[in-house]
Amino acid sequence: MSIKILIPTPLRPYAGKQSIVEVSAQTVGEALADLVAQHPDLRRHLFSEDGKLRSFVNVYLNDEDIRYLSKDATPVKETDIVSIVPSVAGGIQW
Amino acid sequence: MASVTEASPATLSNEEILRYSRHLIMPEVTMEGQKRLKTARVLCVGTGGLGSPLALYLAAAGVGTLGLVDFDVVDYTNLQRQILHYTSDVGRLKLDSAIDKLTAINPFVEIKRFDTYLNSQNALEIFSGFDIIADGTDNFATRYLVNDACVLSGKPNVYASIFRFEGQASIFATEAGPCYRCLYPEPPPPGLVPSCAEGGVLGVLPGLLGVIQATEVIKLILGGGEPLIGRLVLVDALAMRFRELRVRKNPECPVCGANPTVKELIDYDQFCGVRGEDSAASTSAKIPEIQPEELKRRLDAKEDIFVLDVREPHEYQIVNIKGHLIPLGDLPTRVHELDSSREIVVHCKSGARSAKAVDFLHQSGFKRATNLTGGILAWAERIDPSLPKY
Repeated sequence: MSIKILIPTPLRPYAGKQSIVEVSAQTVGEALADLVAQHPDLRRHLFSEDGKLRSFVNVYLNDEDIRYLSKDATPVKETDIVSIVPSVAGGIQW
Repeated sequence: MASVTEASPATLSNEEILRYSRHLIMPEVTMEGQKRLKTARVLCVGTGGLGSPLALYLAAAGVGTLGLVDFDVVDYTNLQRQILHYTSDVGRLKLDSAIDKLTAINPFVEIKRFDTYLNSQNALEIFSGFDIIADGTDNFATRYLVNDACVLSGKPNVYASIFRFEGQASIFATEAGPCYRCLYPEPPPPGLVPSCAEGGVLGVLPGLLGVIQATEVIKLILGGGEPLIGRLVLVDALAMRFRELRVRKNPECPVCGANPTVKELIDYDQFCGVRGEDSAASTSAKIPEIQPEELKRRLDAKEDIFVLDVREPHEYQIVNIKGHLIPLGDLPTRVHELDSSREIVVHCKSGARSAKAVDFLHQSGFKRATNLTGGILAWAERIDPSLPKY
């Protein structure tokens, strides 16, 4: 099914400057996989070389961190919103 | 935090009663709450974008002791958002400038100045004189330092951060709540995130977020309402949308978890790989550079040099040296516009993005690409002082 992923400002340059990307997925993991398939430049910003989600990038399903749900395997439904929430230091390093 | 639960021993003069009258008549504050504010000791780490509205409102509200940590000097680029500092303050220590304004707003506030860079050696000692810490810093190393020092000393960390037109705010390191490391166990490696030159910040955004911080500090002192603990507020000023995410306390958190592995302050520059900025520098060590003076001499001698500008179009509009514009992000798809047989000098604002571009060009077979040292800022400084800097 089709769900929305919200892209934060720092990552928009790697997602065709879009703030919302529609993906087709049954789980959060599939949603992210579809996202980086559509926007390959995002991959290194979200995943380390071994394919794990980077520790400074949090993924939320609605208002809950997927680390406290079923991580990648968390099922999604049509109205769900997946958010990527990277750490931001301030005006300087970003 | 003692000030929250105990009756405050402070007294208010008639002058103070008049000054705070709009607080005193609120049932959520009253005389008791205002005395708590007077007894409270709040440390603002940084007096920049976030620290300006934060400290201004805390002083106005009557927080009795305000600590300020900053080592920086006011510059022109600060004035667009750091409202503690005025044009006439450019070149002064931010601390001196801040103390003038805060004292002018409220002479009843006692200000403690810490003219230093917060570090692992001084943080716990500085924090020991305060009840609440407000993090208005701008770099990951200091953010992790503030967090860990708050957890170790049992003091809440009222947090906000900003980027362009988006911000985040929360309260970390309360006894029951999560800490910053519960949310973000590790910082991003330097270089993976866009640099300052590509970043920027809407001037009012730190105003929005700094005022959220001030609100939460005051609520912690008064002990009422619903503090922003275990919740991360996301502010998108462009859409003017506020969202809220849950932040859970991580039982395995290395600092505030059940079995902490970080029991004292560590080397945060190393933790955040800042010394590896030198890793950006070490990449650039392999990257051939050309000094502005040499480029100028060779261009004047009509040598065949193709100047490539990898900044963004809006930066090109501010100032340019007539280079061919291909933003760094577009370089992979537009690399065919370049001629690999020609010598290419790449520049950006200050040299970091162009170093990445030269690295990419070398890997793509453009062996004659070099990086202009210091970017267009160095050119404006050393070759053509008529150009604006930004």
